[in-house]
Amino acid sequence: MDGLAGMPELSEVDVVRHFTRLSTWNYGVDTGMYPLGSCTMKYNPKINEVVARIAGFAHQHPLAPAEASQGSLLVLKLFEEALCEITGMTACSLQPAAGAQGELTGMMMIRARLEERGNPRRRVLIPDSAHGTNPASAALCGYEVVTVGSNERGLVDLDGLRRAAREDAAALMLTNPNTLGLFEEQIEEIVRIVHDAGGFVYMDGANMNALVGIARPGDMGIDVMHINVHKTLSTPHGGGGPGAGPVLVSAELEPFLPVPRIVRVADDRLEASVDAPRSVGRVRAFFGNFGVIVRGLAYVAANGPEGLREIAETAVLNANYLAERLGETYDIPYRGAFMHEVVFSDKWQRACGVTNADIAKRLIDYGFHPPTMSFPLIVPGALMVEPTESNGREELDIFVDAMKSIDREARENPSILTGAPHLTRIGRLDEVAAARRPVLRWKPET
Amino acid sequence: MAQNPEDCHYTKEHEWIRVEDGTGVIGITDHAQSSLGDVVYVELPGLGDTFEPGEIFGNIESVKAVSELFMPAGGEVVEINEDLTDSPELVNTDPYNDGWLIKIRLSDEREMEALLSVTDYEEYLKEEKEK
Amino acid sequence: MLGTLGRHDIEELFQVIPPPVRLRKPLQLPPGLSEPEVLESLGQLAARNTAARGFRSFLGAGAYTHFAPAHIDALISRSEFFTSYTPYQPEVAQGTLQAIFEFQTMICQLTGMDVANASLYDGSTAMAEAVLMALRITGRKRIVVAGSVHPHYRDVTRTYTRNLGIEIDTAGYDTGSGQLKAEGFSLDGTTAALVVQSPNFLGGVEDLAAWSLAAHDQGALLIVVVAEPMSLALLRSPGDCGADIVVGEGQSFGIPVSYGGPYVGLFATREKYVRQMPGRLVGQAFDGQGRRGFVLTLSTREQHIRREKATSNICTNQGLFALMATIYLATMGPAGLREVAEQNWQKTAYLAGRLEGSRDAGLRFSGPFFNELVIRLRRPLPSLLARAHAEEMLAGLPLGDYYPELEDCLLTCVTEVHTRADLDQLAEVILRS
Repeated sequence: MDGLAGMPELSEVDVVRHFTRLSTWNYGVDTGMYPLGSCTMKYNPKINEVVARIAGFAHQHPLAPAEASQGSLLVLKLFEEALCEITGMTACSLQPAAGAQGELTGMMMIRARLEERGNPRRRVLIPDSAHGTNPASAALCGYEVVTVGSNERGLVDLDGLRRAAREDAAALMLTNPNTLGLFEEQIEEIVRIVHDAGGFVYMDGANMNALVGIARPGDMGIDVMHINVHKTLSTPHGGGGPGAGPVLVSAELEPFLPVPRIVRVADDRLEASVDAPRSVGRVRAFFGNFGVIVRGLAYVAANGPEGLREIAETAVLNANYLAERLGETYDIPYRGAFMHEVVFSDKWQRACGVTNADIAKRLIDYGFHPPTMSFPLIVPGALMVEPTESNGREELDIFVDAMKSIDREARENPSILTGAPHLTRIGRLDEVAAARRPVLRWKPET
Repeated sequence: MAQNPEDCHYTKEHEWIRVEDGTGVIGITDHAQSSLGDVVYVELPGLGDTFEPGEIFGNIESVKAVSELFMPAGGEVVEINEDLTDSPELVNTDPYNDGWLIKIRLSDEREMEALLSVTDYEEYLKEEKEK
Repeated sequence: MLGTLGRHDIEELFQVIPPPVRLRKPLQLPPGLSEPEVLESLGQLAARNTAARGFRSFLGAGAYTHFAPAHIDALISRSEFFTSYTPYQPEVAQGTLQAIFEFQTMICQLTGMDVANASLYDGSTAMAEAVLMALRITGRKRIVVAGSVHPHYRDVTRTYTRNLGIEIDTAGYDTGSGQLKAEGFSLDGTTAALVVQSPNFLGGVEDLAAWSLAAHDQGALLIVVVAEPMSLALLRSPGDCGADIVVGEGQSFGIPVSYGGPYVGLFATREKYVRQMPGRLVGQAFDGQGRRGFVLTLSTREQHIRREKATSNICTNQGLFALMATIYLATMGPAGLREVAEQNWQKTAYLAGRLEGSRDAGLRFSGPFFNELVIRLRRPLPSLLARAHAEEMLAGLPLGDYYPELEDCLLTCVTEVHTRADLDQLAEVILRS
């Protein structure tokens, strides 16, 4: 039975109780430490929520004429300028709705530039430690994906890169710091290799939280990048979005930025312009995720240059502290000077018959959100931990104690781990049965 | 663990093929199903599709992985295992019999000569394990 | 903590960064502000928007001003919802997962389709994803898009497909009715999909059932775009009309217009195409003790597993905004939704009635409408817009930038938030300008 007739009929208080109850079944950053690697689950300042709800922002229509919307246009311009300063890039578009869309936009710009030069080329190089959106975005631009290996230190293998760059490569998509939490020390050489071969370097800025105020992609010679406002600049993840994935480019790629561009037509007057003949076009309706952008701007304004640098320093200090305190309990396959995160593995616990998933589920019982496990693909049994700056020493120590205690349990009584979590409303769900016979919606019983 | 049957030919991509009256029955090996884990979905070609040896003819999925299926030999698809739509777990529980994937009309039965015998395949598995 | 690391200075942690690329000066940004200063400074920016002065807006065109009950914001402000991430760990994310399952269910009910995903970025990208899906399903290379589909949506589809070697033909609208015109384009055996928006960008309600037959005759899919989903409460559902994929913008369901985003993209299709869908899906599952819960499922379609062969590069959905829409729909229920939709239509009809018989302004098209009208004006548009502005109104969207042949026309949207007095005042401005 479809149509409106199947929909719920409830009083307001019923609705409020239902969703309040659902909320208590969730774990958020406000609940406790959320060390989900590569997702930068930092504290989301409440003032940003107040700012985004100011009527002048929340109720401004995107198609109101420019003279009616100077406040919104100025927010966009100021945020573009702040991001250019933070990254050292020349120009910015706030259009992309999320990091993955930023990647897609960036790769389209590279392709458009190469087409102008006469040959779009065929391949895009992606390190084996990369996030899965990189290859998917490159493929959507019509490119074949070539994987570049990592060396024994977990950094891009330069010889492999040199060989691959010569083979019709349009671009390298590089995450720096990479998903192992390591800074690509040879960044200058990496960029030189790709540029000498006539390609471009795309930087996935997912891990910028380690670098704000410390080092700038523009100074490294990066041609185009995106930044995740919902990671680095603190906007809430909302149970899986919304995010925002602004793209930033060098002067050479600026003409290809998506439309509309925010342009100054007079000292105090801004307009949204679609007059950009070399642009890749529009990547979403209107102006991007304005409500996310205004929160990001509030964060930049509140912290200022000093505050932003201290955030990066603290995030890096916290990751190194965890690596140091847990490095003898959990294997760290690629050791180095960590930036924002550290990747442990379950290698030493596997002998007791437990896996990274068991460790992660047991952490829930200790009151923590589990780390990331699905990548990097080059670490079997990965536990990718990103503490962010939003945890003090006391919280980190409690986390360390929990991880050590779980290691002891793995040795003494592994079934505690394999049966975890024990303290949640429900236990581990049968994902196999769910995928074999998917039930993706409610239907009235017949 | 299911025994690898002697009447099948094997590939290094872990498919098997059994010839019955000019028809090739194709599936994945016990080793393949156990490394893949619980199979949740099998995507198979349409009847009448033709493939060269080594071509991809479908995908097999667990909850968190997808593997491509490669043709052990060339031919035209004459039957697909409809039971897998509702019970993909047959690939796990009975990879060499009820968990078969497709049947093809073989283009050239001599292609079997290029495939591995059960002894060669088990030897290959051992080598891979030692790597 | 530095001591634990055997370090003396935080600087030592950054020694791996080559000196030439280290930033040796502070970022050139204004110094940090206190909380009241942040509020003051951003408040001043907001004050430069007309919404700050309470202008009544008659703008629609893909972003609709509807009333949102207060408890929606109260509920999404529960930080367990808004400070969590994608529910990779179902045991501690049942709130998000169940809400998405309810969202998927209600989007199916509204659109008349079998399955809906956990949402995409917005309506425009949802349409582009639908086109990519139709290309995958049919293996064909040509798309026909109605010219009365939202111009931004058409632009985004063009951007997404520009490197895929496909052909996009645009089908014109009937200059009398404002609906998709049967002549001037062809559907054939090479066509992957016909894309139709209803109500369309010019406010017109399309005959979806007829277009479904025409598309299916050629083995092409019908993609229906719904930019104003409130209309679904009044019109025959796209699924019932034969649509293969329904995409749309869910902003109308309790989400503020917020200068264009964030919104929530809707995506629904037929059961048989579920494995070709982009984006996240939530499914029902049971734990070892038989307790019911929800998990992300069919993930093998997605980028984190299938990488370059994924159905889309999308990673996140718009979780929090899908939640807003879910709360809105659960609150309104069938009767509430129908009432809102009826008010939209009746108030729009009232404005149309006010213009009837005028020599200075009138409806440009004769076809059925929902809550948007194209109004043709005898006298120049700028003076009307200025006059409306003086009376603190945004009278509508001038169409000349999008459709040069409609440069004397205004696209005006009326919803339940407008009072009779608002409509009378707007009519006066239009008739006197």
